[in-house]
Amino acid sequence: MKPLFGSVVLDVACRLSVPFIILFAIYVIVHGHDSPGGGFQGGTILAATFILIRMIRQDVKPWGLDRTGALVLACCGLLLYTGIGLLSFLFAGNYLDYGVFPLPLEAGKIRFMGSFGIEIGVSMGVTGVLVLIFDALTEEDSQDDKPGEPT
Amino acid sequence: MKHFSWFVMLIVAAILIIAGRELPRVGDPEAPAATHVSPRYIERGHHETGAPNFVTAVLADYRGYDTLGETSVIFTAGLACALILGIRLGRSGEGGNA
Amino acid sequence: MMSDILGHLNYWLATLLLLIGLHGMLIRPNLVKKLMAMNVMQVAVIMFFISLAVKTGGTAPIELHGDGHTTPHAAAYINPLPHALMLTAIVVGVSTTGVALALLIRIYRYYGTLEEPELLQRMQE
Repeated sequence: MKPLFGSVVLDVACRLSVPFIILFAIYVIVHGHDSPGGGFQGGTILAATFILIRMIRQDVKPWGLDRTGALVLACCGLLLYTGIGLLSFLFAGNYLDYGVFPLPLEAGKIRFMGSFGIEIGVSMGVTGVLVLIFDALTEEDSQDDKPGEPT
Repeated sequence: MKHFSWFVMLIVAAILIIAGRELPRVGDPEAPAATHVSPRYIERGHHETGAPNFVTAVLADYRGYDTLGETSVIFTAGLACALILGIRLGRSGEGGNA
Repeated sequence: MMSDILGHLNYWLATLLLLIGLHGMLIRPNLVKKLMAMNVMQVAVIMFFISLAVKTGGTAPIELHGDGHTTPHAAAYINPLPHALMLTAIVVGVSTTGVALALLIRIYRYYGTLEEPELLQRMQE
């Protein structure tokens, strides 16, 4: 078990700022249609939250999302995206044609719901992948890589 | 090898400067990049897609297939990065004690 | 001549950044410096495309005061298409940098060095 990185000051600053960063990330994702933002930008900010927790605590059991969870989150995001595309096959439309869903709204708003769904899928995918890349790059040195020996 | 590298850089700089003089002025509203399909995205973007943000309307609705390709690119890159470095999945408590 | 330079100033600065990145990739022997120079080249291309999208007198590509039934004037907003394409380019740049860093970590663990002449020497032994 590694000791806390730094001091009590870093720990308290991390605990105070993480909820606001998560709130801002969800705001950027949801308001992607009215202001600059969208799936990619909000997903990156959400991944920055998890990376901040990993950097400050360096705990053996990461807080929030461990490696399997990050991979599952990335897979679910991509599955949501292709799932919405395949869902429009059920209503006799083209692939990724959002106008054919039978929702009780006017025509422009149905397409808005479809693109909102894929923005959620994109942000989940980007968050999972960035946390997975960070975990892979900062893993402690494994025992099976000695110089001069092929693995 | 170093002299050849400088020579290659000089050739690339000459090509870019000669070709760059033919580009339209920065901010020209009649530039070819701004005339064919882009006015249609601006004029009918909000009405057809329900999003006031034209960039999100283009990215998620008009060019949604390209965004699918891009999401699969970043997914493949994350998977490749994890597989190259050989991480062990599962509860990280077990990975630290093994 | 001066209007030629001042009218295309964004393009010349993007070309300068591209040449700086190309210099880093070709001439510096350290592998991490080559990777960061490739990142600088990607940023130069992105800046070039974004400056193709500018229209004089246009504002940000978000419709400010309309509902879905008024038609905005196309010359009042800048071109949104290069911005959407460059979001894809930024994500591709991040992916390439992540995979390249993973490969560099494996090279360092196996050979012990990241300088190109020493690396070629150790590969032949």
